[in-house]
Amino acid sequence: MIRLNNIVATYTTVRGQVDAVDGVNLTIPDGKIVGVAGESGCGKTTLLKVIYGDLLYPLALRQGSVEYEIDTVSGRQVTSRNIKDYWFKYISYIPQSSMSSLNPVVRVCKQFFDFLPVGQRTDNTLAEIREYVRSLDLPPEAIDAYPHQLSGGMRQRIMVAMATFFKPEIILADEPTTALDVVVQKGILMLLMDIQAKMNNTILFVSHDMGVHYQITHKMLIMYAAKAVEFGDSEDIFRAPLHPYTKMLIESLPLIGDDRVRTGIVGRPPSLWEDLHGCRFAPRCPLVTELCRIQEPALIEHKPGYFVACHYAGNTYQKNEIAMQ
Amino acid sequence: MKMNIRLKIGLVILAIFTLGSLILPFFMKVDPSRQGSYPKNLPPSLEHPLGTNSLGQSIFWFLVIAIRNSLMLGVSVSCVTTLMAGITGLVAGYVGGWLDRVLTALMDTFIAIPAFPILIVLSTLVRGQTSFWLVGVILVFFGWPWSARTVRSMALSIREREFISMARFSGASMLQVVSQEVFPYVYTLLVVAFIDAILWVTTTEAALAVIGLSKVEVPTLGSIIFWALSYNALFTRQYTWVLAPVVATIILFLGIFLTSTGYNQMYATRRGHS
Amino acid sequence: MNTILKTSHLNKVYRLGGLFNRIRINALDDVNLTIESDAPAIISIVGESGSGKTTLAKVLLRLVSPTSGSALVYDRLIAGKGEKPSNREFFSTLQPIFQNPFEAFSGYRTVDSYLFETAVRVARLSKTDAVDAMAEALRLVGLDYRDVRGKYPNQFSGGELQRVSVARALIPHPKIIIADEPVSMIDASLRMNVINLFLSLKEEFQRSFLYITHDLATAYYISDYIGVMYRGCIVEFGDARTILSDPRHPYTQLLIASIPQVGQKWEVRKMALADIEAKEFQFEGCRFYNRCPIAGDRCLVERPSATSLTDGRDVYCHFA
Repeated sequence: MIRLNNIVATYTTVRGQVDAVDGVNLTIPDGKIVGVAGESGCGKTTLLKVIYGDLLYPLALRQGSVEYEIDTVSGRQVTSRNIKDYWFKYISYIPQSSMSSLNPVVRVCKQFFDFLPVGQRTDNTLAEIREYVRSLDLPPEAIDAYPHQLSGGMRQRIMVAMATFFKPEIILADEPTTALDVVVQKGILMLLMDIQAKMNNTILFVSHDMGVHYQITHKMLIMYAAKAVEFGDSEDIFRAPLHPYTKMLIESLPLIGDDRVRTGIVGRPPSLWEDLHGCRFAPRCPLVTELCRIQEPALIEHKPGYFVACHYAGNTYQKNEIAMQ
Repeated sequence: MKMNIRLKIGLVILAIFTLGSLILPFFMKVDPSRQGSYPKNLPPSLEHPLGTNSLGQSIFWFLVIAIRNSLMLGVSVSCVTTLMAGITGLVAGYVGGWLDRVLTALMDTFIAIPAFPILIVLSTLVRGQTSFWLVGVILVFFGWPWSARTVRSMALSIREREFISMARFSGASMLQVVSQEVFPYVYTLLVVAFIDAILWVTTTEAALAVIGLSKVEVPTLGSIIFWALSYNALFTRQYTWVLAPVVATIILFLGIFLTSTGYNQMYATRRGHS
Repeated sequence: MNTILKTSHLNKVYRLGGLFNRIRINALDDVNLTIESDAPAIISIVGESGSGKTTLAKVLLRLVSPTSGSALVYDRLIAGKGEKPSNREFFSTLQPIFQNPFEAFSGYRTVDSYLFETAVRVARLSKTDAVDAMAEALRLVGLDYRDVRGKYPNQFSGGELQRVSVARALIPHPKIIIADEPVSMIDASLRMNVINLFLSLKEEFQRSFLYITHDLATAYYISDYIGVMYRGCIVEFGDARTILSDPRHPYTQLLIASIPQVGQKWEVRKMALADIEAKEFQFEGCRFYNRCPIAGDRCLVERPSATSLTDGRDVYCHFA
C-alpha cells in the first residue's frame, strides 16, 4: 500500500518556484494496476518521480511524504526518503524511451547486472536472466545483442524484463508505450498485464491515452493542473465519470464505428505560474458557478473507494451549454 | 537579457583598453616611436608612469600606441574574416550540392595548413619589406575557415527544420530564407567568432613580432617585447620594459576570452528556448 | 471530375550503408492511388512508423523527389515527367501543416509574420488586403487577430499554434491541405478542436485534406477515403467507413484489433512481432508475410496487386 500524504513537489527554475504537484492525498491499494491520467503539465510524471524517490535538484518534495510498507527485515517505515535503498528489489521503474535508458555500447545482458550489487552476483545469475527472459516469451538471443540491434518494441520489452526481474512489489511505468506503434504497444501492455497477474504486484501506469487506461487499469487517478481530481475503479470512472473534466475528456475521444459528434474542451489548462484560486478547471467547466471560482473543491469520497474533487460531482450538463469557439 | 559576471568583467576590460587606446593618444606630447625623446632607462615615476627604455622612449605611451595598433589590426582582420566565414558558411550549409563541396574543400585546406609556420616562412622571405597590412591580409587567409565550418554546420542543421519548409511555402525566396530564418540562429555564432578572431590575430601578430618577423618599427604588443629582448632587458633588469607588454597582453587576452565565453553562456541558455 | 489525387507507380528508394554493404529501402513501393471527385474530400493515409506515409506526404509537398513514377494533385503534375507548375501555382494549390506546431515556426519571429508573408508573397495581396486576409483566416480557425498579433510561438499552446498553422495554410486558398500527423503532439482534450476544424473547412469552404496519421479513430471520424500502408505499400484503399468497419486485409484487421479503445476490451491473442525493418523492406513477396495469419505459399514469392472488391475498395492481398 502506498500512502501519499499531502504531497507538494516543487521545481526550482530561473523564473522561480512552481508546484508541479500541489497537495495530493491518497492511498494506493496493493495488487492493482493503477493508471495515472492527465494532459501535459498536470503533474503525473512528477508524482511518479516522487513515488520513486527520484528527487534530484531542481525537483524537491517541499511538503508531505510518501509511506510504503514496513520493512520486514529492519522494521523501519519505508518512505520516499529512504526508498533509494530498495530500488529494483522492492520498487522499480520503466522509463519512456528505452533508447536513452540502455547503454548503447554495452550488451543487454551486462546491463541486467547493473541492478545487482557485486557481492550478490553468482555464476548462476546469467542463466537465471536467460530463463526469465525466455519465460516472458522473448527471444533469448535478444539479451546478447547491443541495444541498437533491437527494435524499439523489443528494447522496451527488455526494459520491462529488467524492471521485473527481482519481482518487485511496485512497478512504476512512465508512458512506456507512448513512442511505439499500436501493435507493438498492445504486445507490451499484454506482457505487463500478464506479469501483474502472476506476481500480484502494484503497477502505477502513467499515460495520457485514455484508451490504454481503459484496457489495462483496475483503478485510475485523473490529474489536472497539479491536482488530483478523480480517483476510483476504472470501471466506475469509464462507465459514469463524476468530474466534468474526466467526463468531457472521455467524451471527446472518437471511436471507430461510432458516428456521434465529438467536441474537444475549449480553452487550455491554467499556467501554474499564476496565483490560482478556487477550482482550477473552472474557466473551462460547463457547470461552473461563483462557488467554484472562490473555493477549491476538496477530494471527497463519494462512495467507498471513489474520490472526486468537484462541488457538483455527477451533475449533468447540456452539450449546447458549452461555449463553442 | 541578464549579463553574467563573466561578460561584465570581460566587457569592462575591453572598454578600458579600447577607449584608452583611442582617447589617450590625444594627450600625447611626443610621438612615442621616436627614439631618444627622453633620457634612457629611467625608473617609473610620475612623469613617466612606466619609466623609459633603452631607446629613450616612454614605455607607457609606447604601450598605449602598441595596444591601439594591435587592436586595430585585430578588429579589422576580424571584420573581414567574420564576414567571409558568415557568407561562405551560410552558402555552403544551406545551398549544399557541389558548391558546398567546393567551399568545404577550400575550408578544410586552409585549416589543415598550419598558419604559423607559413607566416614565418613568408615573413623571412619578405623581411623588412612587409607592410603592416600585408600581415593582416595573410592572417585573413588563414583565419576565415574556422568559424566558417561552425556556421556551415549550424546552417546544415537548421535547413532540415520544419520552419524552413514553412517559410518556403509562405513564398520566401532562397535569399529571404537564408537571411530571415537561418541567419538569426547563426548570428550568435558570428559574434563569438568575431571576438575569437580578434584574439587570434593579436596574439599571432604578437608572436610574429617577438621573433622579429613582423614590421617591428610599428609599435605593437609583440614588437615591444622584441625590442626589449634585443636590448637584453631581462639581463639589464629593465623588468618594466618586458613585463608591461606581457601583462597587457594577458589582461587583453583575458578580456576578450571572458567576453567571448560570457556572451556564449548568455546565449546558450536563450538558444534552449528558441 | 477533378482528379484530387493520382499517383502512378510512385517509388522512392533510399540507399543506406557504405560502399560494400548497401541496403535498399523502398520507402514507397509502386504506390497507385486514384481519387476523383467534384466535391472536396478528406483522404486519410494511415500506417505505422516505416509505412511510408510521411514519405508520401513529402513527395507530394515536393520536399523529396521520387525515384520514379508520377503524382498529380488537383490536375497539377507534382512529380514525374512533364511540365510542372510554377512555385506560385504550386503554393496556391496545396499547403502543408506539420506535426510539431512549435517547430513549424522560428522562435525568432512572430507567428503573424508568417501569415503576412504568405498573404503578400503567395496570394499576391497588397499590404492592407493582406491584413484583412489574415484576420479572416484567423477567424475561420476560431482565433482573433488581436490575440495573435505580435506574439512569439512560445506564447501559445500546441493546439492554438496548430490552428495558426491552419490559418496560414488557408490564406492562399489552396485546394488541398496536406496535414502530416497534425494532432499527435496536441493534448487529447484539444485534439478534437483541430479535427472538427478540418471537417468544417471541408464542408463550408470546400477544402480537401490529405490527413496522414497513425490514429485510426480520428481517421474514421473525418475521412471520406482511407489508404492503409505497410512498409511502403498500400494494402487497402477505399471508402473510409467501409474499410474501418469491415477490414479485409489482415494488416488492417491487426491494426484495428490493436487500438486501445474506450468501451471495447481487447481480444487476447498472440501476435507475431515485426522483424528487422530492412529485411522486410527487401522482401520479394508480400511484405506482411512474416506476420500474416493467413499467409500462403503464393505470398512468399508474389507481391499482391490490387483486387477491386464490389464495394469499391482496393485490397492488396491474394486471399482477401
